[in-house]
Amino acid sequence: MITRKDVEYVAKLARIGFSESEIEQFTKELSAILEYIGKLNELDVSKVEPTSHVLPIKNVYREDVLKKSLPVSDVMKIAVVKDKNQFKVPKVIE
Amino acid sequence: MNLHELTAHQIIKDKVNPREVRKSLEERIASVDKKVKAVLRLCPDEAEVGKGVLSGIPIATKDNICIKDNLTTCASHILDGFKPPYDATVISKLRNAGASLFCSTNMDEFAFGSSTENSFYGPTHNPWDTTRVPGGSSGGSAAAVSAGEATMALGSDTGGSIRQPASFCGVVGLKPTYGRVSRYGLIAFGSSLDQIGPLTKDVEDSALLLNVIAGYDPNDSTSVDVLVPDYTKSLVKDVKGLKIGIPKEYFIEGIDKEVKDAVDQAINLLKKSGADYKEISLPHTEYAVPTYYIVATSEASSNLARFDGVQYGLRSKAAKKEVSDLIDMYFATREAGFGKEAKRRIMLGTYALSAGYYEAYYLRALKVRTLIKRDFDEAFKSVDCIITPTSPTDAFKIGEKTEDPLSMYLSDIFTISTNLAGIPGISIPCGFTKNNLPIGLQILAKPFAEETLFRVAYTYEQGTEWHKQKPKL
Repeated sequence: MITRKDVEYVAKLARIGFSESEIEQFTKELSAILEYIGKLNELDVSKVEPTSHVLPIKNVYREDVLKKSLPVSDVMKIAVVKDKNQFKVPKVIE
Repeated sequence: MNLHELTAHQIIKDKVNPREVRKSLEERIASVDKKVKAVLRLCPDEAEVGKGVLSGIPIATKDNICIKDNLTTCASHILDGFKPPYDATVISKLRNAGASLFCSTNMDEFAFGSSTENSFYGPTHNPWDTTRVPGGSSGGSAAAVSAGEATMALGSDTGGSIRQPASFCGVVGLKPTYGRVSRYGLIAFGSSLDQIGPLTKDVEDSALLLNVIAGYDPNDSTSVDVLVPDYTKSLVKDVKGLKIGIPKEYFIEGIDKEVKDAVDQAINLLKKSGADYKEISLPHTEYAVPTYYIVATSEASSNLARFDGVQYGLRSKAAKKEVSDLIDMYFATREAGFGKEAKRRIMLGTYALSAGYYEAYYLRALKVRTLIKRDFDEAFKSVDCIITPTSPTDAFKIGEKTEDPLSMYLSDIFTISTNLAGIPGISIPCGFTKNNLPIGLQILAKPFAEETLFRVAYTYEQGTEWHKQKPKL
């Protein structure tokens, strides 16, 4: 039910590179898993509300006041490649 | 008794020098961890013993909980070299309680797994039989506590990742109510399911540790402002009049007979102690695993989008040349950085959320989640707690399920619905199989009723000796 083309498309959405043999293997594995998940179709859920979250919490607001944030120098320590206080990445456009 | 075998409450009560405990644990790691492989790295030793309720107690933490300036990798290649610029809230709370951060423990990469085999650093082995898995994904924390390599530990539980390894390793593992413990600084897997919780040698230590880590945190808007009681007050040997529910759907084909017998005996012990018993039904149980694998992977695919090589962790060398563009860098980094199960789950989640499939998979799973939650709401109208096996079998062999993702997913069949419903659950040792492997008893309660879990677990533990058994290593 899931084709090689589907897997290639999803891999593109997920931004993951795959080898040819991996695409083949994932096509098989994901098909088996999705077939199992098809079990959910046994239930009539037309009148059921979805639960994305178990707590009775809606939006959580806070006052818009300035708070101390992490020092920039601390945060920049995690950078893979940086240029002064900026994260450096390969070029985005030609 | 060796210092590495002591519980935290024994160390506190007998005023044992915690620095000597730490030394003893380090020696223990040096002698047994080449067999168990539970510990990824030791935390730097602090110069002074902290003050507070857990003064100097050495605590192991799962490698997905951020410790400031300390390598935190989720056992994934993609977080190579990542040293968080801040502490997770539970880490701040441990520091404030005087605890000594001791070591980071192994796990399935990003908590994706039930066996701790999906770690970039290699599998952890079960201390009771090193040819077997410790369970997962908090297998490193469970094995470390079981093997005497840590006094107590923190894990995280998204679908059973604290309780199932606790069961396999013969320790106590607690998943608190969703919202009871702050998730700030826990590297997210399934944001609506994840909770941090204790893995300990006994029930008293579990209560001591939950006392410290529980509570509302403004940095986690899904933590709940509900009063944190003193959980040690629930350590009473008394279950008179307490109503236990036994869900008939959990005692099904495929459950190991030895596991079933051990759980039946545990229920008998509680009945003899004055508890009432009632068969209940959780009719949507069989839909929990497929629901979970849509909800959890969808949330994971979204959460793991941040690992792209831009800011921290791995940036694939193949893409480091200035000539390659940003998109290539994403593909190359994520291909090199994620392991097989992480890729499998990101792919499944991305598919379930993609245009055209969202309603058929993700939305449908959220609706079934409502039905599963309702089952528990209904059950808790007539019982105070629910008792089940933690896992249908004892620990399986290393390599036994790695080629069959579905059979691996099914080992969490009894723990998964707890996370979907957001309720608390605890696994405590309740016997051994013929293979001399531990069996776990799972107790579930209403949201924020951890006190009931402790009361039942403590009463059971006081009447048994299972938790005192130690693996021979």
